Amino acid sequence: MPREAAGHAGLAVVVGQSQGGPGMNRAMAAFVALLVVAPFLLPDFYVTLLDYIGLATLVVLGLVVMTGVAGIVSFGQQAFVGIAAYTTAGLATLAGWSPWGGLAASLALVAACALLIGFVTLRLSGHYLSIATIAWGIAIYFLFGTLPQLGQYSGIDNIPPVSIAGWVIDTGRESYAVIWFATALALLAARNLLDSRSGRAIRALRFRSVMAESCGVDTAALKLVIFVYAALLAGVAGWLHAHYLRFVSPHAFGVNAGIDYLFMAVIGGANSVWGAVVGSAILTVLKEWLKDVLPKLFSATGNYETIVFGLLMMLLLQRTRDGLTPALARWLPARAPSPRPADAAAPARRGRPAAGTPLLEVERLQKRFGGLVAVKDISFSLRGGEILGLIGPNGAGKSTVFNLVSGTLASNGGVVRLHGQRIDGRPSRAIARLGLARSFQHVNLVSQMSVLENVAIGAHLRGAKGTLAAMARTDRDEEARLLAEAARQIERVGLGSHMMEAAGSLPLGQQRLIEIARALAADPLVLLLDEPAAGLRYAEKRALAELLGRLRVEGLSILLVEHDMEFVMGLVDRLVVMDFGEQLAEGLPAEIQRNPAVIEAYLGGIE
Amino acid sequence: MTGEIALWLVQDGVTTGAIYALLALALLLVFAVTRVIFVPQGDYISMAALTLGTLQLGAVPGSIWLLAGGGAVVAAIDAAAALRAKAPRRLVRIALIGLVLPAAVAALAWWMAPRKFGMAAQIALTLAIVVPLGPMLYRIAYRPLANASVLVLFIVSMAAHYMITGLALVIFGGEGLRSNAIADFKFDVGVLKVGAQSLWVMLASLACMTALWLFFEKSLYGKALRATAINRIGARLVGIPTALSGQLAFLLASAIGAISGILIAPITTIYYDTGLMVGLKGFVGAILGGMGSYPLAALGALAVGLLESFASFWASTLKETIVFTLLIPVLLWRSLVSKHVAVEDEEE
Repeated sequence: MPREAAGHAGLAVVVGQSQGGPGMNRAMAAFVALLVVAPFLLPDFYVTLLDYIGLATLVVLGLVVMTGVAGIVSFGQQAFVGIAAYTTAGLATLAGWSPWGGLAASLALVAACALLIGFVTLRLSGHYLSIATIAWGIAIYFLFGTLPQLGQYSGIDNIPPVSIAGWVIDTGRESYAVIWFATALALLAARNLLDSRSGRAIRALRFRSVMAESCGVDTAALKLVIFVYAALLAGVAGWLHAHYLRFVSPHAFGVNAGIDYLFMAVIGGANSVWGAVVGSAILTVLKEWLKDVLPKLFSATGNYETIVFGLLMMLLLQRTRDGLTPALARWLPARAPSPRPADAAAPARRGRPAAGTPLLEVERLQKRFGGLVAVKDISFSLRGGEILGLIGPNGAGKSTVFNLVSGTLASNGGVVRLHGQRIDGRPSRAIARLGLARSFQHVNLVSQMSVLENVAIGAHLRGAKGTLAAMARTDRDEEARLLAEAARQIERVGLGSHMMEAAGSLPLGQQRLIEIARALAADPLVLLLDEPAAGLRYAEKRALAELLGRLRVEGLSILLVEHDMEFVMGLVDRLVVMDFGEQLAEGLPAEIQRNPAVIEAYLGGIE
Repeated sequence: MTGEIALWLVQDGVTTGAIYALLALALLLVFAVTRVIFVPQGDYISMAALTLGTLQLGAVPGSIWLLAGGGAVVAAIDAAAALRAKAPRRLVRIALIGLVLPAAVAALAWWMAPRKFGMAAQIALTLAIVVPLGPMLYRIAYRPLANASVLVLFIVSMAAHYMITGLALVIFGGEGLRSNAIADFKFDVGVLKVGAQSLWVMLASLACMTALWLFFEKSLYGKALRATAINRIGARLVGIPTALSGQLAFLLASAIGAISGILIAPITTIYYDTGLMVGLKGFVGAILGGMGSYPLAALGALAVGLLESFASFWASTLKETIVFTLLIPVLLWRSLVSKHVAVEDEEE
């Protein structure tokens, strides 16, 4: 099973990365040391090569965060590089601006374009988005090539070099310092970003955006932020490109460049920040080497590198989806397991309403899927400090009711009130902010993140530090509090010994407990649990029942969907029975057990 | 702009639109059956057009090496699989399809090219060279990834496009080629001078679409393809092999691509890298049809052709920018119209 081992090693790298263990710090220190000595030891050709690698790394870093982590595959980053390069080149040669003024103008223009393009295209999903990135990449490329002020296809020449306080930067080695300083800062900032409250939210964007929304993350806004961030990185690369090469032409910003950047991200492994460096280095070096070697093997002229790269990419994607960084990481010394979070004060807690007050009121809820009526006239009320069970045969519509109440699905009628406020029609993140937390029927965890981080997503709304604070590392206090709270909830559900393991490596029953811990980390008023006991063994079910009982005593209200009658009957205060989307009965467990309609519909065939 | 110019632009737009429509159909077909966003579709056009152009010059087209090489690679992969499965008897068939047939076509091309046998023979030879490239590409690049996500398949498509474009440059060089028209005369329809080539293009497009429709509605293989497009697992359960569907879809795609290339070759000069832009415009058409409906895709492609024609009249240097910028609101409209609420997220 070498592939699975590779997968787990990859998981370990990414998980370890996210906690920044001591092994990674040593690797980073070595990398920085190498970077510093390189220009003094290597001949000019290699320094130039490293300059190109640095420029590419900046762009690919943005791609890694966008594509690998958030799942937005973009073939259009080169457009932003081009916009910045042309802006600073145009301003410097046509209007006599200083390069620093050009930097400000370039980044401003790139940010504006990215906001506009992102706002329009990020609503698209999956492949539509990628096609859109190709579309605007091509559109902008042709713009560069046709506007006469930009020199059309011959480009702009004689761009002045950057100067810092009188030191003019116009050799390869001097540019190396500027380029790699920028790149190293960007790498550090990206690593910090992914290891923070925002980082957890970003990691959930790719496959778990519904779960992220239910924990309060504004996924659309976050996607836009990442998009602009990646565009700004590309913009910096474009500015450096213009003032390093002293020349810009459209050719460097065409579709082929976009494909190259994506290839670098895929080769390096789009899951880890280091993938940007690895991928850029491998592709750039390989390209140079192939440009030298291949024409000697074949007599005809041509771009043989493209053929080789195309083949390489196809083979690589067939063998591994995670790129080469996980394979390379196995050569590093094994890091010590990350430490558990230190104890810290809990973040502010919500006040609990008095027991018995109606917390969640559902009146005549409706949902139709085309011609199919999935939920019809469902009404019930969940009071403070009680556990309400929602039972019914398979396909009765119980999960649909959950999705309607939590805001994941829009209803076709009916009123839902949480603590007096109307929540029907509101997005799930607004409902989460009002105090509703849920678990999902199909486990919705980010498999590659640790249990601790998955639960910490639940506490997203209890923190406030955003992406900038994350990059600048000013969020450490709040982060410590959030992680400590997550650790507390993990202990509470009994998974303390698995806290630092990857969530995807635990058995299904324990993953359901993680979901509950995540919901608890939000400090909710109302907890919606969708089949929490499915997949648990008998002893685990007993432990879960005790946990839920304790939560009830602490004042939490729980709405529970379950199939296991023994589990439910001994635990809940009241029951609501559904069948075919309609409400059959409501009342105490003993009454329900005797209700003839319920028995006819349901109780005959359960374990 | 006078009425005459407008009519001429319409004719031009409909002609190119007819070719984009064929491309859109091929793209939609491949996407529906294999979930591959087949960017290299346009490259078949370049290959076919350049092959035909080379044949008309009396030279041997280098694409026979691509055919032979591709066949050899496929034969090697299949042979390795056959040996691993301990089924050596398959080797004969593998060698026949992968080695003998391509070599035969290559030899035929070698013999026929300098002799310049009429247009029909050249077209037939071009088809024989380019069409097998489709299933070969499927076998090499896509079949091992049959279960990958749409995005991974998309990246593979870009890689394949990259590779094919590079190969086209090596094989045909950087110069563009234009072939002779199938028929040269023009005749008058009212104020409009309609070229016979344009008529050929539209007729051939219609014929292709009709043939495809008949294939899907009436033949067993066509229905099998539709079944795979609607529900892959269900199709497998009733005995339709996924690999067969994939190969058939790619065969149809390369056939349509080759025909499109033969049709477009007399109209514009084709270079080794023209394929991407042409393919992408066919894409715009497919997306206008919502990636789901063939008639809408054809209509959408027609609209793209018309738009390009008029844009090139008003702002010829910016026509590409205009066409591709207009894709974005269309995508937006499409994704709003077909809003399907994701309650459960995709598998990781």
